[in-house]
Amino acid sequence: MSAPAMGTTKTAPNDGSHKKKKGPGTLATAYLVIYNVVMTAGWLVIAVGLVRAYLARGSYHGLYYSIEKPLKFFQTGALLEILHCAVGIVPSSVVLTGFQVMSRVFLTWAVTHSVREVQSEDSVLLFVVAWTITEIIRYSFYTFSLLNHLPYLIKWARYTFFIVLYPMGVTGELLTIYAALPYVQKTGLYSVTLPNKYNFSFDYYTFLILTMVSYIPLFPQLYFHMLRQRKKVLGHVEEYTKVE
Amino acid sequence: MKHYEVEILDAKTKDKLCFLDKVEPNATIGEIKSMFHKSHPQWYPARQSIRLDPKGKSLKDEDVLQHLPVGTTATFYFRDLGAQISWVTVFLTEYAGPLLIYLMFYFRVPFIYPPKYDFTTSKHWVVHLACMCHSFHYVKRLLETLFVHRFSHGTMPLRNIFKNCTYYWGFAAWMAYYINHPLYTPPTYGEQQVKMALIIFLFCQIGNFSIHIALRNLRPPGSKTRKIPYPTKNPFTWIFLLVSCPNYTYELGSWLGFTLMTQCLPVAFFTLVGFIQMTVWAKAKHRSYLKEFRDYPPLRSPILPFVL
Repeated sequence: MSAPAMGTTKTAPNDGSHKKKKGPGTLATAYLVIYNVVMTAGWLVIAVGLVRAYLARGSYHGLYYSIEKPLKFFQTGALLEILHCAVGIVPSSVVLTGFQVMSRVFLTWAVTHSVREVQSEDSVLLFVVAWTITEIIRYSFYTFSLLNHLPYLIKWARYTFFIVLYPMGVTGELLTIYAALPYVQKTGLYSVTLPNKYNFSFDYYTFLILTMVSYIPLFPQLYFHMLRQRKKVLGHVEEYTKVE
Repeated sequence: MKHYEVEILDAKTKDKLCFLDKVEPNATIGEIKSMFHKSHPQWYPARQSIRLDPKGKSLKDEDVLQHLPVGTTATFYFRDLGAQISWVTVFLTEYAGPLLIYLMFYFRVPFIYPPKYDFTTSKHWVVHLACMCHSFHYVKRLLETLFVHRFSHGTMPLRNIFKNCTYYWGFAAWMAYYINHPLYTPPTYGEQQVKMALIIFLFCQIGNFSIHIALRNLRPPGSKTRKIPYPTKNPFTWIFLLVSCPNYTYELGSWLGFTLMTQCLPVAFFTLVGFIQMTVWAKAKHRSYLKEFRDYPPLRSPILPFVL
């Protein structure tokens, strides 16, 4: 299901050595390094913002407001990753990446931003912290991988922290959607009723409930996929003395 | 007459699964599949993929042993395609669903709309027309499946029936719900719009049927030959001059007509999704035509003249 990097054979010069060069060309690599460095920095900004706000206020409450703008900016910026897969400079499935990024963007804009009343909920902090730590590790992992100097610590962190962060983030997300439900129902947010010219209706309240239900089949699949990846990547610990 | 020996290995594990000796040189892959089936009854021929190379393409049932690049001891690799179901069965099931489901909404069967509307009929004549068109479309598809189409492959993977039925049945229910709803709003431009839409719909239905007949006539009964389709005396087939898969072009046109007729957003979505899928299929077919026929007409586009 994952799309191989199809664009590469056009960018890599044919020096007749018959070596099939997989992965992005030089220009694409430079771009991706910059992209991943910028994203790492962005999520670090969010992390620092959270810590500073906590120290200043002395409580966990309402920390969302202190990092609202960079969170929206950098999480939305991740949409570019779908483009990277579509163009072929990143060897991942467009569908899978699209799904993952869209679910984050959905929570950021269609839930947290749109339903003001949930912004002060502690569940928001729960998923924001989970996302922040995960993304800092993930983007530095990509940066180092692209530069062919991946410290084992980063690889280990990338394939270990998720064990706690993933359930933590999912809990935060579900609690936040749940908290939004009464307000959505009351105000009819993003909902369309009949009759109308285009003979269409949409009940956002029901949609949110279905979204929550969808976590039941989806989360275990993604979680166990990561666990399997962990075994594959970290399983050969004894054979690794230095980074390739 | 020299006999061949045939060994069949598992493509993944390279285990020796079967050894056949004294195989006739003019034996076909289809016959070899039958022999393999005898020693492994769980793998009926339709689910066998036999290839020369573990990662290579499947050989065709018609391929003859002595014409393949193998020695007198031929080694083939086997891949299990999984449980198979016939194309005819899949088509009949996936098309019967929308026909029946739409009618359930049209007749306002209980538990769909508020109880006071049970078994009532819509007051808008376009709703009756839409039901006739939708039903006609699927009856046509069912009849074509039974009497017109000549399928290249006998079977497809079993999981496809669940995927395909979800798509067709799901969209049919979604569209039918709104068109037959008590609060349905007829098209903005009224009779003009509906009449225009009906003309487009009927034109494209006839067009689509003409193409199906033309394609059927390219292929003698029971054969799997492939030939370049050309325009016939029927004007509806003249579109072959510009397009490789005019059956899809006409199908798109039919659904655009139905969208215009019902002015219903879910119908527009269905048309869009169908268009995307048909474009993918048309491009693949166009590419395979170009690969197979050196003299393929260069003016043709896959699905939309000059555009796509």
